[in-house]
Amino acid sequence: MPITETPPRGAVDVRGLRKTYGGRDVVDGLDLQATAGAVTAVLGPNGAGKTTTVECCEGLRSPDGGRVRVLGLDPVTDAAALRPRVGVMLQDGGLPTGVRALEMLRHVARMYAAPRDVDELAERLGLHAFGRTTVRRLSGGQRQRLALAAAVVGRPDVVFLDEPSAGMDPQSRHAVWDLVRELRADGVAVVLTTHMMDEAEDLADVVHVVDHGRVIASGDVQELLSDGASGSAPRIRFATRPGLPVGDLTAHLDVHLTRTVPDGGWSATEAEPGEYVVAGPVAPAALAALAGWLAEHDALATRVTVGRRTLEDVFLDLTGRHLR
Amino acid sequence: MTSSSPAPARRRVAAQAMFETRAILRNGEQLLVTIVVPVLLLVGLVRTSVVDLDTGGVDRVDFVTPGILALACVTTAFTSQSIATAFDRRNGVLRLLATTPLGRGGLLAGKILGVLAVEAVQVVVIGAVALALGWQPTLAGILPAVVLGLLGTAAFTALALLLAGTLRAEGVLAVANLVLVLLVVGGGLIVPPTALPGPLAHLAAFLPSGALGEGLRGALLGTGVPPLSVVVLLAWTAALGAGASKLFRWH
Repeated sequence: MPITETPPRGAVDVRGLRKTYGGRDVVDGLDLQATAGAVTAVLGPNGAGKTTTVECCEGLRSPDGGRVRVLGLDPVTDAAALRPRVGVMLQDGGLPTGVRALEMLRHVARMYAAPRDVDELAERLGLHAFGRTTVRRLSGGQRQRLALAAAVVGRPDVVFLDEPSAGMDPQSRHAVWDLVRELRADGVAVVLTTHMMDEAEDLADVVHVVDHGRVIASGDVQELLSDGASGSAPRIRFATRPGLPVGDLTAHLDVHLTRTVPDGGWSATEAEPGEYVVAGPVAPAALAALAGWLAEHDALATRVTVGRRTLEDVFLDLTGRHLR
Repeated sequence: MTSSSPAPARRRVAAQAMFETRAILRNGEQLLVTIVVPVLLLVGLVRTSVVDLDTGGVDRVDFVTPGILALACVTTAFTSQSIATAFDRRNGVLRLLATTPLGRGGLLAGKILGVLAVEAVQVVVIGAVALALGWQPTLAGILPAVVLGLLGTAAFTALALLLAGTLRAEGVLAVANLVLVLLVVGGGLIVPPTALPGPLAHLAAFLPSGALGEGLRGALLGTGVPPLSVVVLLAWTAALGAGASKLFRWH
């Protein structure tokens, strides 16, 4: 095992990773840690550098800068020692199209001295239903489940799952999530990339939000959801005609709610034209006051919801709403 | 923590070789190009005189069979392997298997053994048909022929990997089939280079196809393996192997 200057933290330790394609920095000084017995989500929009980062951890790409350690080893130079201990599910599957599903899984299992029981694993992920179908004729979700089975059949210590739920129906997705939770309980370090908020929110112990090749926010889901003063307090969202004077709304709420809530602290914004968000000490009276203000402005709310900030809000706040 | 250890290297490579062999022999198009086409050509060339061949006085079947074996080697080591590898590369299969204990080296070893296994099947099938047609190979030439076959396999597998690792899968499909047809017609595989028209007569002897065809004919007809064949095949293997290992892209 190579001697490193600073002892690596956890099962996966990425520091200052840089990777350039054709003069463009795809990953630009990225730091990431993942620990054993935890699910670490790498969340980011398409093209943020998630797959490249994971491929550097898998030894499929060599970093242009920075340092990557998996289980304390270098994924490129110590590949032979790492391969048996690292399970990989590629974004594009990596399954040969001409073979039958279970034949492929059995083939991957043969690479290990003591693989998981293929039949039991196939049962867990519902692979028997299409075990004799060639990969070419499988649906997207079926392929994903097969690829996940191939990633875990060798009893890895670290698993990298690149967009594991893409193209899956809800039943498949929950079967996959259950298996991921089981891996975590068994002490496996699970690293998954995703752009699906519910996946990160339901599954991840730690979330790293990545954009433009860097981690722009990290923490557990609760940490990411709380944003300073308003914390994870509920918010009121409503939709009506655009251009209402939101500054006036905060004043209105302060005046009408002084008796129930002594310290106002309201904020109201028009997030998108006609879409408003009100944050503050939301209580039943606040909704009544809001309705009154809307009536004063002769504005009919077509939708009013009260709820906590979601990971999607955090994500869009951090990465912007523009299409890319 | 769970514990995980790899299967022994020999078992991993053997499993991959079996996997590759089954994949080729079960694929309709691959079976067509590696078994059916060579057998049809063999029967057609021996039993009909559609193609005018100057056999130099030896039996047609004795003259044609070594060339068909050379063709069989090219279909498996080059055509079939380049197409299969190109699509595996596009579909991420190479990358996925490279992350398992098999690794890149094991994957390559498995592929080469898979090619040799398919070639063994080809030799049995083509040999049986040829013997039924009256083929009488020079027994002393069998060992040299096997060595030449291995050399030809090395050169054409290297070419296959060079193509598969640098071009798009659809491009490889087109190029691999086109090159096969060109080599059959004017590459000195079945029709000896000296019987080819114009400058091809000189060129084909220096192609790996011409060298393999001439070498196998020399061995199995009992006239001896031309040293040029061995030198040409070694040179192509070295050049193509170096090119493939330098230029092959896994992504």
